[in-house]
Amino acid sequence: MSWFKRIKEGITTDTKDKKETPEGLWYKCSSCKHIMTTEDHEKNFWVCEKCGNHHRIGSHEYFDILFDGQEFTEINAGIKSGDPLNFADTKKYSDRLKDAYKKSPLNDAIRTAYGKVEGLDLMVACMDFNFIGGSMGSVVGEKISRSIDVCIEKKIPLMIISKSGGARMMEAAFSLMQMAKTSAKLSLLAQAKLPYISFLTDPPTGGVTASFAMLGDLNIAEPKALIGFAGPRVVKETIGKDLPEGFQTSEFLLEKGFLDLIVSRPELKQKIAELLLMFKN
Amino acid sequence: MVYLEFEKSLEVLSNEIEKIKKVGSDSNVDVSKAVTELEQKLKDKRTEVYTNLTPWQRVQVSRHPERPYTISYINAITDNTWIELHGDRGVKDDKAMVGGFGRIDGRTVMFIGQQKGINTKMRQIRNFGMANPEGYRKALRLMKLAEKFNKPIVTFIDTPGAFPGLEAEERGQGEAIARNLFEMFQLKVPVICIVLGEGASGGALGIGIGDRVLMLENTWYSVISPESCSSILFRSWDFKEQAASSLKLTAEDMLANKLIDGIIKEPLGGAHNNQIGIHLTVKLEILKQLEVLDKIDSQHRIDERIKKFCSMGVVVE
Repeated sequence: MSWFKRIKEGITTDTKDKKETPEGLWYKCSSCKHIMTTEDHEKNFWVCEKCGNHHRIGSHEYFDILFDGQEFTEINAGIKSGDPLNFADTKKYSDRLKDAYKKSPLNDAIRTAYGKVEGLDLMVACMDFNFIGGSMGSVVGEKISRSIDVCIEKKIPLMIISKSGGARMMEAAFSLMQMAKTSAKLSLLAQAKLPYISFLTDPPTGGVTASFAMLGDLNIAEPKALIGFAGPRVVKETIGKDLPEGFQTSEFLLEKGFLDLIVSRPELKQKIAELLLMFKN
Repeated sequence: MVYLEFEKSLEVLSNEIEKIKKVGSDSNVDVSKAVTELEQKLKDKRTEVYTNLTPWQRVQVSRHPERPYTISYINAITDNTWIELHGDRGVKDDKAMVGGFGRIDGRTVMFIGQQKGINTKMRQIRNFGMANPEGYRKALRLMKLAEKFNKPIVTFIDTPGAFPGLEAEERGQGEAIARNLFEMFQLKVPVICIVLGEGASGGALGIGIGDRVLMLENTWYSVISPESCSSILFRSWDFKEQAASSLKLTAEDMLANKLIDGIIKEPLGGAHNNQIGIHLTVKLEILKQLEVLDKIDSQHRIDERIKKFCSMGVVVE
């Protein structure tokens, strides 16, 4: 027996009369479904206040988090992909690129900039997952390569924030060779005795893991990032069994010995500054 | 003899020759003229078929079950002086990656490469030429050994990819390959890399950083196999031929895009048709390249190696 009785059946409000809260005021955590205001979410570095889930962010946000006064000098911002193979699958690569340019202000899956972190010089190359899955093609390789040139010239340390589905298939062997190119330049950075911090954020996989992401003097990851060479689906198909829980997460890699540290986003800037200071003095 | 699907016309002719030969020997009739004629016809047909192979057909030739693999090249080239060295000094000996010193024309060379199995049992033992992290670490250990004693390095690439298994991930497949790329750039000795069959992605590149990177005529080298490319980009396995063309993965395309340094010509009908011939060709090519590389100062060689790979990529500003 209910307290109120519905007189008319169904919902009778017209769509145009429906009252809604404006878009973008609230954020619902994709992991624990906790609801908070977007303002609080942003203040907490896009980390869920309840479960600590790190929402995926891009270069814009990372530059803001890391650089003092949010001031930095971006380099080689205008470089774009050249579609060397005239590649086409179900869609032309050139059209995919056009779509990606329309969807975001990004020119490719990485931005490079230098500035100060707690007063210390740092070059940051940060990947953007929003641009064709953060895939590595010629542009990613070239921009990393040029940022290392600047590091060596200006004698400043490098941090690469990786976040990528792997090599960009539409540039085929060209993208494969970016693994070689970035590793070559990192070997020069190492000879110049300049520190390289690799910061792995959800998800570095494939060719990125098999090159610069794993080559840091320090390999640091965000909590619960997916990190692997082969993707979980491929591994599962290979072994024909379900994967153990937590397989290929940051915590798993730390346990297996491939990471130095796991650092959550709110403490990122401070920790990076502390580490840079260790290398300095 | 195993015939590929596009070689059916060759199989028919070849069977015909066998039949006539049998008739000849059974009935004591002189068939030599007919046999010679047919053999010429077979040769012409083979030339015709092999002159215009599509990218997908080349992928098939690169995987021909009778194609010679790494160890057969090494043994032939070193006149059976090769001494295989085992283990990564950490986990175990990876049978998909072999390596060791051998003598070639009186000098010691370190040979390293992926090895596929020659029969069903061996294919399993060799894990189909798919190395685990310990394979890449063994390869690096042996490269460092060669560098220490100033011996040149030759790597033979023939792999459908680095193994994507559970233990491989646990032991850091990505890190192992990355480390090899990083270290190979700074090796003080000459490094020659030759793609003998399949050059699939990071698994191939993991032993593929050299002063000279060469491909045999009927091989492929790319970021992904045509089948996987088809399944990911076309969401179906049926577009492998189109994917093979789109990926520009043949030796000819790779050279045109300046991603490799040269092509080694194969005997008519592919390497499997004349193993002794291709062994010798590869040996002569190695000697030729070493003669050039020997004359270059070690630091200059490293600089050039880095410069070459750093020029790869096409961007617009």
